[in-house]
Amino acid sequence: MPDVDIQVRVNGTLRRDTVPPRLTLADYLRERCQLTGTHLGCEHGVCGACTVLLDGQAVRACLVFAVQADGAQVTTIEGIASPDGELSPVQAAFRDHHGLQCGFCTPGFVISVTAFLRDHPDPTDEQIREGLSGNLCRCTGYQGILKAVRAAADGTSAMEETG
Amino acid sequence: MKPSAFDYHAPTSVAEAVSLLADLGEDAKPIAGGQSLVPMLALRLTALEHLVDLRRVSGLRGIEQRDGAVRIGAMTTQAVIGRSAEVARGVPLLARATPLIGHFQIRNRGTIGGSLAHADAAAEYPAVALALGAQLEAQSPRGRRTIPADRFFTGLWGTDLADDELLTAVAFPRWDGRCGFAIEEFARRSGDFAIAGAAVAVALDDGARIRRCGIGLFGLGPTPLRASAAEAALTRAGLADVTAEDVGRTALADLESVPSDLHGSADYRRHVGAVVVARAWQRAVQEASDA
Ligand SMILES: Cc1cc2nc3c(=O)[nH]c(=O)nc-3n(C[C@H](O)[C@H](O)[C@H](O)COP(=O)(O)OP(=O)(O)OC[C@H]3O[C@@H](n4cnc5c(N)ncnc54)[C@H](O)[C@@H]3O)c2cc1C
Ligand code: FES
Ligand code: FES
Repeated sequence: MPDVDIQVRVNGTLRRDTVPPRLTLADYLRERCQLTGTHLGCEHGVCGACTVLLDGQAVRACLVFAVQADGAQVTTIEGIASPDGELSPVQAAFRDHHGLQCGFCTPGFVISVTAFLRDHPDPTDEQIREGLSGNLCRCTGYQGILKAVRAAADGTSAMEETG
Repeated sequence: MKPSAFDYHAPTSVAEAVSLLADLGEDAKPIAGGQSLVPMLALRLTALEHLVDLRRVSGLRGIEQRDGAVRIGAMTTQAVIGRSAEVARGVPLLARATPLIGHFQIRNRGTIGGSLAHADAAAEYPAVALALGAQLEAQSPRGRRTIPADRFFTGLWGTDLADDELLTAVAFPRWDGRCGFAIEEFARRSGDFAIAGAAVAVALDDGARIRRCGIGLFGLGPTPLRASAAEAALTRAGLADVTAEDVGRTALADLESVPSDLHGSADYRRHVGAVVVARAWQRAVQEASDA
């Protein structure tokens, strides 16, 4: 079962690695790239904790093999804030609106919502619910997450609302 | 690493892919979007020695009009189909089925070829293919052939494809004239596989008679099903003579092996099945009548 050489651009940096074909993209990111922000919950496509952007599209990193990402660009949660550490609008809205408690699901939500708002810049509440349906959270009861997405879509953070 | 170990192949043409599959034998499998195959590998419900990735194979993506049909390459993703104006115009039933598949992250990878080849009894696309009379195009080292949808689904997760045969495209014939289309399903949570569902296409003549209809059922047997007896009974009937409830009852009448599992008993599924058929029928007839 020979290993395979791959080249992947992860959060802007080109990497070369040799991987076993059965290594998932999620395990590759966590174990080879030390990017442990991509979380693993179910490892069979249901929970969304492992969501990353693959050539700009939100996908389950547990359902892609690293060999299939050869030649692709991957953005993980570590690549979402600006280099100086300033949170992205989606991240800031999650913080401001209590869109997280334990934080386990948060990287997956932030990646999904980032792609969703790029493709639906002016979503209805119904579209937001639909767009969030592929990510599970065991803590928040979702209301804070809904508010965060609404605020991110409207370009308002809690600071602006109260200030 | 959860799946068992395998070798990886990334051929660039259909000819190369099918000759690899033929040479490697039954321990080789193609992978398209991986949205069904990778979970099965991760859960070790399946194991293989060789994975033949179709992502670099040329000529398997795209949507085109050809010979009165909308022809869709097997590797075209569900997301691309969902966004296609050509599909929305030419195959509205397929367009309406697409958002019911999983979530947008799944549809970004999942392909129409994978959905049909995987042949899950509860999946939407196979039922749409049955209702519309789609033609499935396949290629193996022995050549090409076309398989009508109602001869494609042969058993539990089973299809008419040989181990070394690839689905290359699906052609959906255009239904013209006064037509209506609807898909209805019941699932416990948005994005889950349906407990039961129905895809309905109906064409009316200039009066109020049913010229032709197609009813695809999902979640209601070991395979995706076509309610052929109900279709035959309805064809040439006057609209005024059939109620949606009758259609629901008739479509479910001769089903023999309705599944029973933790998501629902066979009796419950039958009940849900009759309701979703009736709802889809009503909406499709309404659309055709307004056309
Ligand atoms: C959380 C979740 C929810 C889902 N919900 C739904 C749902 O509600 N409805 C639904 O329909 N589906 C659902 N799916 C499944 C999804 O639609 C899959 O994308 C689809 O079933 C398979 O397509 P794929 O391209 O991913 O195929 P793969 O997983 O790559 O392959 C599936 C099978 O088809 C074979 N195959 C693939 N392409 C070809 C080809 N061209 N020729 C011959 N054989 C081929 C493979 O060898 C394999 O056996 C869900 C999946 C997940 C993870
Ligand atoms: S870990 Fe990938 S979807 Fe749950
Ligand atoms: S914040 Fe704990 S799982 Fe979502």
